[in-house]
Amino acid sequence: METEVKLTKLASCAGCGAKMGAGTLAKMLEGFKTHSDPNLIVGYDKSDDASVYKIDENTALIQTTDFFPPIVDDPYLYGRIAATNAMSDVYAMGGEPKLALNIMCAANSMSDDTIREILRGGYDAAYEAGAIITGGHTIKGAEPIYGLAVSGFVHPDKVLTNSNAKPGDNLILTKPLGVGIITTGAKADMVEKSLLDKIYTQMATLNKTARDIMVKYSVHSCTDVTGFGLMGHSYEMAQGSNVTVHIKANDVPYHKEAFELASMGLIPEGAYRNRRYAEAGVKLKRDIPLALQDIFFDPQTSGGLMFALPEEEAEACLEELKKFIPEAKIIGYVTEKQDSYIILE
Amino acid sequence: MNKTIDCRGMACPLPVVNAKKASEELSSGDILTVVVDNEIAVQNLTRFGEHKGFTVTAEKKSDSEYAVTMNIGEIKSSVNNDENIECAVDSRSKGMVVVLSANTMGTGDEKLGAALMKAFVFALTKQDKLPDTVLCYNSGAYLSCEGSDSLEDFKLLESEGVNILTCGTCLDFYGLKEKLAVGSVTNMYDIVETLENASKIIKP
Repeated sequence: METEVKLTKLASCAGCGAKMGAGTLAKMLEGFKTHSDPNLIVGYDKSDDASVYKIDENTALIQTTDFFPPIVDDPYLYGRIAATNAMSDVYAMGGEPKLALNIMCAANSMSDDTIREILRGGYDAAYEAGAIITGGHTIKGAEPIYGLAVSGFVHPDKVLTNSNAKPGDNLILTKPLGVGIITTGAKADMVEKSLLDKIYTQMATLNKTARDIMVKYSVHSCTDVTGFGLMGHSYEMAQGSNVTVHIKANDVPYHKEAFELASMGLIPEGAYRNRRYAEAGVKLKRDIPLALQDIFFDPQTSGGLMFALPEEEAEACLEELKKFIPEAKIIGYVTEKQDSYIILE
Repeated sequence: MNKTIDCRGMACPLPVVNAKKASEELSSGDILTVVVDNEIAVQNLTRFGEHKGFTVTAEKKSDSEYAVTMNIGEIKSSVNNDENIECAVDSRSKGMVVVLSANTMGTGDEKLGAALMKAFVFALTKQDKLPDTVLCYNSGAYLSCEGSDSLEDFKLLESEGVNILTCGTCLDFYGLKEKLAVGSVTNMYDIVETLENASKIIKP
């Protein structure tokens, strides 16, 4: 039997599309007093995926949190996707998640069974990741929320920030884009179930395998492509690294159906926010269809890792990734800073 | 024929869905005006119109009112996928809720009551404006379960986007939990909220 209340009906924004714009956030935090600490390897001053604090010579602690309103009606799947997405930030720093706390807001109309199923999805994802959920905090409210606060560990010398890409690097992306547009299309009943199932599975897949393979190579910089879309996250990486990121538009993996949906104007609000934020840094080297650009700005829920590594190693790394993640692709390269941070070619 | 549709207050992607439906009823040379209340809807509608090959112009009337005008040209007979996809045609009347609190209609002979209810649900499917939601509770729960004479009509309503909600407690009480054949289960919070938010409640 169907779930009693359609979870997505209780949400006003879908998944990472609910994320507040990067520009808005940066402005709000301006001028706050903060302590400095030499052991804080990655902190508030970099717009990175998680904070990293060095505990001793061999251990650094990674902390992050992520949560969002329901993106699917199936409560188990929702829990799984939200937890997978939350742990992704730890993988994006090159680390492994260890401890997690549930963050949940349950709407009055949700039954105990629904709540239990959401949590079960979270626990299953954490189990697969090798992390332990030790507790959490649940409140009642108008709109459901679920996610995790996650702690993980990494060797202090092996931290992968999003601000260390180097000229000569290639960029690899491990999950295809288009999730935000497709979920918007689904709200208009214009997406086939088989495609939805495909993107649900994709969103519920941990970036663990990608991370485990990635760390075997001399990766310089990594981020996960989520709410700010490919362009927003590339912009952060290029700005932080003071380089120019070249994206080869035809090489970027995306779900074909998203192109048609984007052409029809089924584009989530977040994609426009991301465009406003990152557009100034993007230069088009050739004519790129608007729908494809929209896909590059599309907010992704539980998206893939994007990382920069020396060109000489890129093919070998891709080869190894492809055994487990056939969608992974080399999507571009890094050069010295040119007149814009991102060049689409 | 020219047409104006007001999509203010509608969340993405409804303005596009409604514009698509309206444009399908118009023919070459007609003008469709879509009124929306935000910039993003304007951009999505512009993409939609241009995709269809219409000439699109947008005008900002105030911070909360934008008019997107589409000149319906020769509609491209493309073999695009979207032409084949069933679109959720939004012919529902906003906020209308139909409450079926019994499996019969009116008081008197039970057989007659059942026949009247069957006719009511059938007539409901024939209305120009369909309700947003149909709520079935108490013995009304029988109507959305296996063995009901109205199942086909409910399925038709559901395919038109009508929410068919049946009270879970009632299904339990009557031992119908495994028999629900259309729509989804709801609970009292949802029922109260649906009734509170209804603009019109119809109870046969």
